[in-house]
Amino acid sequence: MAQMNMLHAINEALSIAMTADERMVIFGEDVGHFGGVFRATSGLQEQFGRDRCFNTPLTEQGIAGFANGLASYGMTAVAEIQFADYIFPAFDQIVNESAKFRYRSGNQFDVGGLTFRTPYGGGIAGGHYHSQSPEAYFTQTPGLKVVIPRNPEQAKGLLLASIRDPNPVIFFEPKRLYRASVGEVPAGDYVIELGKAQVIKQGSDITVLAWGAQMEIVEKACERAEKEGISCEIIDLRTIAPWDVETIAKSVTKTGRLLINHEAPLTGGFAGEIAATIQQECFLSLESPISRVCGLDTPYPLVHEKEYMPDELKTFEAIKATVSF
Amino acid sequence: MSNAPLTNETVHRVSFLDKASLHIPILRILQADGTTYENAVLPVIDKALAEKIFDTCVFTRVLDERMLGAQRQGRISFYMTCTGEEASIIGSTAALDKDDVILAQYREHASLRYRGFTTEQFMNQMFSNEKDLGKGRQMPIHYGSRELNYQTISSPLATQIPQATGVAYGMKLQGKRNVAICYFGEGAASEGDFHAGLNMAAVLKSPTIFFCRNNGYAISTPTEEQFAGNGIASRGVGYGMHTIRVDGNDMLAVLAATQQARAHALEFNAPVLIEAMTYRLGAHSSSDDPSGYRSKEEEAKWQKHDPVKRFKLWMINKDWLTEADEAKLFERYREEVLAAVKVAEKLPVPKLDEIIEDVLDKPTPALRKQLKELKEHIAKYPKAYPKSAGRL
Repeated sequence: MAQMNMLHAINEALSIAMTADERMVIFGEDVGHFGGVFRATSGLQEQFGRDRCFNTPLTEQGIAGFANGLASYGMTAVAEIQFADYIFPAFDQIVNESAKFRYRSGNQFDVGGLTFRTPYGGGIAGGHYHSQSPEAYFTQTPGLKVVIPRNPEQAKGLLLASIRDPNPVIFFEPKRLYRASVGEVPAGDYVIELGKAQVIKQGSDITVLAWGAQMEIVEKACERAEKEGISCEIIDLRTIAPWDVETIAKSVTKTGRLLINHEAPLTGGFAGEIAATIQQECFLSLESPISRVCGLDTPYPLVHEKEYMPDELKTFEAIKATVSF
Repeated sequence: MSNAPLTNETVHRVSFLDKASLHIPILRILQADGTTYENAVLPVIDKALAEKIFDTCVFTRVLDERMLGAQRQGRISFYMTCTGEEASIIGSTAALDKDDVILAQYREHASLRYRGFTTEQFMNQMFSNEKDLGKGRQMPIHYGSRELNYQTISSPLATQIPQATGVAYGMKLQGKRNVAICYFGEGAASEGDFHAGLNMAAVLKSPTIFFCRNNGYAISTPTEEQFAGNGIASRGVGYGMHTIRVDGNDMLAVLAATQQARAHALEFNAPVLIEAMTYRLGAHSSSDDPSGYRSKEEEAKWQKHDPVKRFKLWMINKDWLTEADEAKLFERYREEVLAAVKVAEKLPVPKLDEIIEDVLDKPTPALRKQLKELKEHIAKYPKAYPKSAGRL
């Protein structure tokens, strides 16, 4: 196992996937020789040629439409949207086209070989056009998978699984962890199954659920809580759609309490969906209302980023309040 | 080659270009009486090809007439005809190889017929029965056939344009000697997808034929309220691709232009834009009444340019067809279509279980649970859900 950061792990996953699959193509804005603004695709054009790793014109709508066409013709398409904030011009091609290719054709055509990679989330002083977490917009669209990794090891295994999944996948990469998150990453080719949450730490008083970059925050909050004698079970959802109801329900049945943390705004966020489902599945086991610690219902601010964030302290306070309800 | 000069010519007083600066002639080969223009260069066509084209024209006319009638009688919920645009659609499809992929807008059922879609298959889709290849999931006319390389129609306008660029790029990478053809109307060319798709095809060198049916109306909006430039063709030049404007009611002109567009796309891995100047003789769809936005005189004028009639006269002039042959063909297809309607409308709807299939490659536990609950509910109230209750 080698130590590496998340960008390096993503780059390695892309290189492994392209080597194994001659039909795989990577494209997006600046992804060619330059390697992308975050350098996730560094060296791929040199390794695989300009036909298979290339810059596109500045058109997210075009990138997504082109990706749909490529994938519908049996290619493995990995499209980069430079920032998740800029995925909205591609929204129609993703929710009306990628998501519905298989269904609308009665399985005659599909775009299963398509993966959108896009950096998401705040914490980089990026203001509201370089910080959004738009995962919930896509979870209401049947036909898409939505995946978010929390560290380099997860990023490599989940990305390889996403590229090889026979369905279109949106892979959100936590950009504030690109270089900050460093860890052991297994060598070679491996996949982490999509649709499965991971229990990171066992506990008995409360289940704390998050995904992506927020995992670091909830882990720190839980450390604080443990010092006050609260035993936290920590779960990384990993795949937001379709999500692993069973693992979460099993945990909440055991602990009797649930806190969900995400960076996107509270209203209409995916935590609401989880809360509704778990309330139904675990009603008789619940000992307190399900708690949500999320972003504010404001656009992502620049100067008050720290205040906006569902951070460690807010999470810690919510854990205490839930346990002592 | 960043910042390479686009021209070396300079001027020293202000001089603007306008839409008239771009001289775009219309390719026309056939005259109204079915003879060809002197010096016209004909497409590659023999008797068998001409017969297949004409056969498709007649079938399409019959299908459009009968199915619009079926819609008026309430037997199907929706219909769209391609009356008046047959030469644009069939002439271009006839120039292709069967492995070239068609990405159509919605009005190109004649292309599908040309490739062999059966009368039964048309009906199964329109009546959403259990034999519909699309499993009863889309409105009538949203056909698709994997076997015939005709991608399933999507209602949102112009989405197929950048997709065609992607399909053709895939063909190039796979070393196929094929092109993708993308049909759209001049109205769809106002969508962002049009710009994205053409620009990407030109820059990425994707062998795509962009075929614009400039038929005069986007639902009720006439072309003068749709664009202010020199049609759609001027944009092809702007994107840096080979472009041609043809008489879209001239079967031979459309065939010739598309044959050469295909050869160019393959030779240079380059896209081509064809703008076919035609006229939508019918309504936009069965939900539309054109008398509210255009005159009878205008329609009558265009009746004189009927593309099927012009091609028929050419075939008669060549002794490849008689009026009697045509009458027989019409009669045969009228019977065939009516018989197929009767069969298709009696077939049951697809099984309810299929409602959760193909969302993803496999139904999720959540979907299976939702189906189970739905079936239990329907079993309790079968009279409220008669279409599915009998097939639980």
